[in-house]
Amino acid sequence: MNLVLIATLSLGIIGAISAVILYFVAQKFKVYEDPRNGQVEEALPGANCGGCGYPGCKGFADACVKAESLDGLLCPVGGTPVMKKVAAILGREVAESTPKVAVLRCNGSCNNRPKTNLYNGAKSCAIEASLYGGETGCAFGCLGNGDCVKACAFDAIHMNPETGLPEIDDEKCTACGACVKACPKMIIELRKKGPKSRRIFVSCVNKDKGATARKACIAACIGCGKCAKECPFDAITIENNLAYIDDNKCRLCRKCEAVCPTGAIHAINFPPRKPAETESVSES
Amino acid sequence: MDKKIIISPSPHIHSGNSVEGCMYGVLIALIPAFLVSLYFFGLGALIVTVTSVLSCVIFEYLIQKYILKGKPTIKNGSAILTGVLLAFNVPSNLPVWIIIIGALVAIGIGKMSFGGLGNNIFNPALVGRVFLLISFPVQMTTWPKPEAFNTHYLDAETGATPLSLIKQGIPIENTTLDLLLGNVGGSLGEIGAIALLLGFAYMLWKKIITWHIPVSILATVAIFSLLIGIDPLTQLLTGGLLLGSIFMATDYVTSPMSSKGMIIYGVAIGLLTVIIRQWAAYPEGMSFAILIMNAFTPLINMYVKPKRFGEVVKNG
Amino acid sequence: MLKSFRIGGIHPPENKLSAGKPVQSVALPKQAIILLGQHIGAPAQAVVNKGDSVKVGTLLAKAGGFVSANIHSSVSGTVAKIDQITDVSGYKRPAIFIDVEGDEWEESIDRSSTLIKECNLSDKEIIQRISDCGIVGLGGATFPTQVKLSPPPGMKASILIINGVECEPYLTSDHQLMMEKTEEILVGITILKKAIGVDRAVIGIENNKKDAIAKMQGLVSSYPGITVCPLKVKYPQGGEKQLIDAIIRRQVPSGGLPIATGAVVQNVGTAFAVYEAVQKNKPLFERIVTVTGKSLKSPSNFLVRIGTPIGQLIEAAGGMPEDTEKIISGGPMMGKAIVSTEIPTTKGCSGVLLIRNLESAREEMSPCIRCAKCVSACPMGLEPNLLAKLSTFSNWEKCEHEHIMDCIECGSCSYTCPAHRPLLDFIRLGKGKVGNIIRSRAAKK
Repeated sequence: MNLVLIATLSLGIIGAISAVILYFVAQKFKVYEDPRNGQVEEALPGANCGGCGYPGCKGFADACVKAESLDGLLCPVGGTPVMKKVAAILGREVAESTPKVAVLRCNGSCNNRPKTNLYNGAKSCAIEASLYGGETGCAFGCLGNGDCVKACAFDAIHMNPETGLPEIDDEKCTACGACVKACPKMIIELRKKGPKSRRIFVSCVNKDKGATARKACIAACIGCGKCAKECPFDAITIENNLAYIDDNKCRLCRKCEAVCPTGAIHAINFPPRKPAETESVSES
Repeated sequence: MDKKIIISPSPHIHSGNSVEGCMYGVLIALIPAFLVSLYFFGLGALIVTVTSVLSCVIFEYLIQKYILKGKPTIKNGSAILTGVLLAFNVPSNLPVWIIIIGALVAIGIGKMSFGGLGNNIFNPALVGRVFLLISFPVQMTTWPKPEAFNTHYLDAETGATPLSLIKQGIPIENTTLDLLLGNVGGSLGEIGAIALLLGFAYMLWKKIITWHIPVSILATVAIFSLLIGIDPLTQLLTGGLLLGSIFMATDYVTSPMSSKGMIIYGVAIGLLTVIIRQWAAYPEGMSFAILIMNAFTPLINMYVKPKRFGEVVKNG
Repeated sequence: MLKSFRIGGIHPPENKLSAGKPVQSVALPKQAIILLGQHIGAPAQAVVNKGDSVKVGTLLAKAGGFVSANIHSSVSGTVAKIDQITDVSGYKRPAIFIDVEGDEWEESIDRSSTLIKECNLSDKEIIQRISDCGIVGLGGATFPTQVKLSPPPGMKASILIINGVECEPYLTSDHQLMMEKTEEILVGITILKKAIGVDRAVIGIENNKKDAIAKMQGLVSSYPGITVCPLKVKYPQGGEKQLIDAIIRRQVPSGGLPIATGAVVQNVGTAFAVYEAVQKNKPLFERIVTVTGKSLKSPSNFLVRIGTPIGQLIEAAGGMPEDTEKIISGGPMMGKAIVSTEIPTTKGCSGVLLIRNLESAREEMSPCIRCAKCVSACPMGLEPNLLAKLSTFSNWEKCEHEHIMDCIECGSCSYTCPAHRPLLDFIRLGKGKVGNIIRSRAAKK
């Protein structure tokens, strides 16, 4: 009986002392946290994808609370509805963001762009790009090692083994921009998703002179300027032998696509045209 | 030229080192010890080794193919090596079914559960061995007596090992010459000090391992034994010390990377081994010591860095 | 006991196929293509225009910044165009194309082969002459020599180290230069000594070039303050930091400049170029290039006018062998694989190596077995396996913490890895990223 008493007492005393120590330590090292942090975090999707550029949803919540305004802070997964909730918690304004989607601006598939040499280094676009221009005559196009695929946290990008190019799944893409940062050739661009996902863009980033570009890849933009002349909205500019369509000005009339001699301008998710012209419409 | 030239980053030449080369090199280094074992334990040694190697290889193949669904890896020889080392760490009269269990634990839990070669924290063969030692203490500590041109297997005459005698305070009968040649009871591959040292010399010559780990273990055991007043030579030559320090502790995957780290690791294994032998319940502590230090290897790798160029010596 | 650097190192097969082959001149190209960026630093600015006629030694482009170098014409003829061409980097870079007509040299160049030992110029004048003649480090890094000879304020050189190591397998251009132009090199070293104001110079030569060591040793006695130091055959003995460590037992501090040890390192080729520039007023427009390969008919050492397409050198050495699968500008350890034979030679091109199909492709990599062979091979005392892993995970912060910037990209880690992991590929990637981070951090301050 005595034994039990001693054991109980001694353990009890140890417990009590530990509790007191713990209490004081907790007081001493207390970190103040804005209670709104937790509220904002709860409003976020909680996927911890890092698409916003912060380490997880908690990191993003901290940034939102600390920031003066919510400009430039966007949860790409939740989009505007979530940001509105966050703004409501913090009592701030949030700009309406137009839905965007990642677009691959290269159509240099194996058929369009013949290989001139073989790359035998580590399978990484960043490494290949720092070594040389790539396996084909085009030093601007996709290298096909899939750095974007690895960067995508939403499983929205996959390599197509036939073309050797990545394909972006519109449905899954959240426009977080991770692939844009990962691509050493800066081929992927975030563009307006467009009504019914319809959009037009130049699927090429080759800045070589027309003849050189064409020699390297039959689907290259040769900077001929026909599209720019054709465009009724001044949406197309030609710089460094390369056309670029401003998605803020483009009204999706598809005139440029019809005149492009190499098929470098892609118009996707449009209904098929009259049979004679459907050939130039291809999926990105 | 219609043939496409290859482009790759430098360097453009390779030493020709390969994982297979390293593994088969260790296997070659184990041959002398295996021959000694065949001589003294005969049929038993053969059956145990073959069973162990076959089951390790088969388990690795099955797990790699059906569970991990990766490319087959058995060709790199690491499963064979695990099998041989597991066999070397058990008595030569161990029943086949126990060996198969040991192989399953070694490969399944010790290696493949971490993701295969290169990812395991613990030496797979030792995981298997210690699992067997704890699960089947009687079978694992019944040692057959050495006998020239032995043809016994399960029916072998058994006796005590020098270390268990020392533990019980009984003076050992074996002469130092017996210990050197391997005329002593013990696990299959741990007898025959000269044969094991021959393997060590071969691996050093082929640059498969460096001297740091084995030498620091052996030196620590010798010095520590001397300090606590037990015979260092007996400590060095008995039990699994040589096998462990030369072949088990030097396992690439589970030992530190820097030479400083290797020496810390070796000294700690040496100390732990003598402590376990001297004061703990088991007569032999090599396996435990190595496994304990395996757990510390990531920590050692993190804090003990190789000496960098331009770090210490500054401007003369 | 031969001197050597103290950490790591490997022993690749030497394969010096062209050793002892006397230097031959190569025919002038029909069109010379002279790149504007042949050195580390800013590309040079062209000072000629299309249609201009130039002579051998005419200034084509002026240094485009402090770290930059002048570029001179290596041929006489007419400037055809200034256009882009894919160079060793694998990307298009601006170059001057000259259609060759005859071989007319600028009158100011002394074309005689008499040895001129006397040099009465002051240190400032020597450095100016070197700068005017567009001399860059010919060991491969192509760092403008005049910059290296003018230490930053507060730093003082105490010794000149001449790099005649040539530790890269296959290459023999420096070796052959030392054999044929021994006295010129020694005069060049004397001039360099004067330029940086030191009275001691050591020529480091790897011990596999016994003839060059003997020849140098026989002649140094008449050049006060110069000694020859034979070095152990070990790669990368010729790395600047390794060479300083081997010869004067001082290590360049991590992140510091070699001058912090009091040493200035120059290549033997540079010493020869300095001799020609200062004593003969000859700008740097030709160099010795080793053209080699196991299947090549006659591996040779060529005296090449800069701007000659690499293909022409291969033709001169017996033509491209059938089984060639890789063409490398430089040596096998640090050279760059090139995409076409139209790429012109540059100041930094010490060799052209043709690799056979058997040796060209890398083997498939397997998981790291943590054997630590890379750790013991790394001459900088780094942990290549760890750096490569951190780099694959894009953990740049940790990469910097683990001193990724100390890496000299010698390739010893990838060379030795039994699992055939492309360690250096990833470390180089990490180095680039961390370098950018460090630069942008410095720019913010």
